[in-house]
Amino acid sequence: MDVISAALPYLLEGLKVTLYIFVIAIILGFLIGLVVALLRLAPIKPLNWIAIAFIDAIRGTPFLVQLFFIYFGLNSLPFISLNSTTAGIVTVAINAGAYFAEIIRAGIQSIDKGQTEAARSLGLTGFQNMYYIVLPQAFRRMLPTITNQSIISLKDTSLLSVIGIADLTQQGEIQASATFEAFKIWLIVGIIYFIIIYLLTLLANVLERRFVLR
Amino acid sequence: MSIISVKNLKKSFGSNEVLKNINAEIKEREVVCVIGPSGSGKSTFLRCLNRLEEITGGHVMIDGKDITDPKININEVRQEVGMVFQQFNLFPHKTVLENITLAPIKVRSASKEEAREKAHELLKKVGLSEKAESYPGELSGGQKQRVAIARALAMNPKIMLFDEPTSALDPEMVGDVLEVMKQLAKEGMTMVVVTHEMGFAREVGDRVIFMDGGYIVEENEPNALFGNPQNERTKLFLSKVL
Repeated sequence: MDVISAALPYLLEGLKVTLYIFVIAIILGFLIGLVVALLRLAPIKPLNWIAIAFIDAIRGTPFLVQLFFIYFGLNSLPFISLNSTTAGIVTVAINAGAYFAEIIRAGIQSIDKGQTEAARSLGLTGFQNMYYIVLPQAFRRMLPTITNQSIISLKDTSLLSVIGIADLTQQGEIQASATFEAFKIWLIVGIIYFIIIYLLTLLANVLERRFVLR
Repeated sequence: MSIISVKNLKKSFGSNEVLKNINAEIKEREVVCVIGPSGSGKSTFLRCLNRLEEITGGHVMIDGKDITDPKININEVRQEVGMVFQQFNLFPHKTVLENITLAPIKVRSASKEEAREKAHELLKKVGLSEKAESYPGELSGGQKQRVAIARALAMNPKIMLFDEPTSALDPEMVGDVLEVMKQLAKEGMTMVVVTHEMGFAREVGDRVIFMDGGYIVEENEPNALFGNPQNERTKLFLSKVL
């Protein structure tokens, strides 16, 4: 037990880093997803192509390769210098953004065309229609899938430990090798991740009930 | 002077020409009913009047503005042209009151109080005062359609378009909706109504347009058109529906 109580403060320090990166990256990721989804659906072909290329590139490559590309690859260019935390946030945000884009696109397309026709026939602009009519309804339908992707992204942050970010997983490695108690340390790290993801699921359930469609 | 003027209107979906050459003049305060078999292009014709369908050829003038002109601000024109749909298309995430006040507040920049007052007035008119705080999902089809009419009227449109407004309703709901439309016609609203309700067309319409195969085949005042149709296709259609 004393092993755990000695390691726990370090692990919780790591958890703070994990949550910090996750929260910023997921918000950025959602905004990226929203923009890419709108580009994907825009009535202008080149914009569609840009969106499709972005989504395909991200979905077609492993997360770790994306991370290395951004942290090592971009940083090897003379005019770019990203610290590891920024590179980590950017990678998680871009990765989540591509998946969010497809979720949001499907959500928007699932809303009956009649909604848009009614809104436009009242004189609402395309933007007002999206903002007041389509997106609020689509968001409710997207929530379960958004929760799912957020959980995946949270777990992806554990890979950031390989570029030296002192997140929960990195702290786990340090504690495991310092204490020679790998079993206990990795068990407790797993439990911490589980609790955070469980809380995230509860939050999503609350949101889902609040936005319930009549 | 016509408030709606349609000249050589053509509309194709891909290679399928749905409207072939439509010419029509509709005067202010006139109630025009459009009838015809399904696939005749009558709904497409209606939807071209507020450019919900991109127009392939010809011109449509609404209150003096040519809406086929790419430079026209179509949103401004649509504010003057209310539309009621077969499937109601109420916003399910908004209350009845919010459905009605949304466009006046966001598009016409009305104050909330102003918009609400007007909405309550309109709900009273369509007989649904007690439903202001309900959600569309809690209403019957007939009630939904009356809310949809109130929603369109909240913009104070000069013209109202109705696209088969009673076709999705249970028979016992049809009367209430038609009653509201009759009232509207009496008050002098300019109305274009695509309908299968021949009784309504006969009683309320100033003029009836019969469409078939993408053309206006025949038009006349209701008693003449129903009582003494000239064209063979009109005769055939009426013999089936009357």
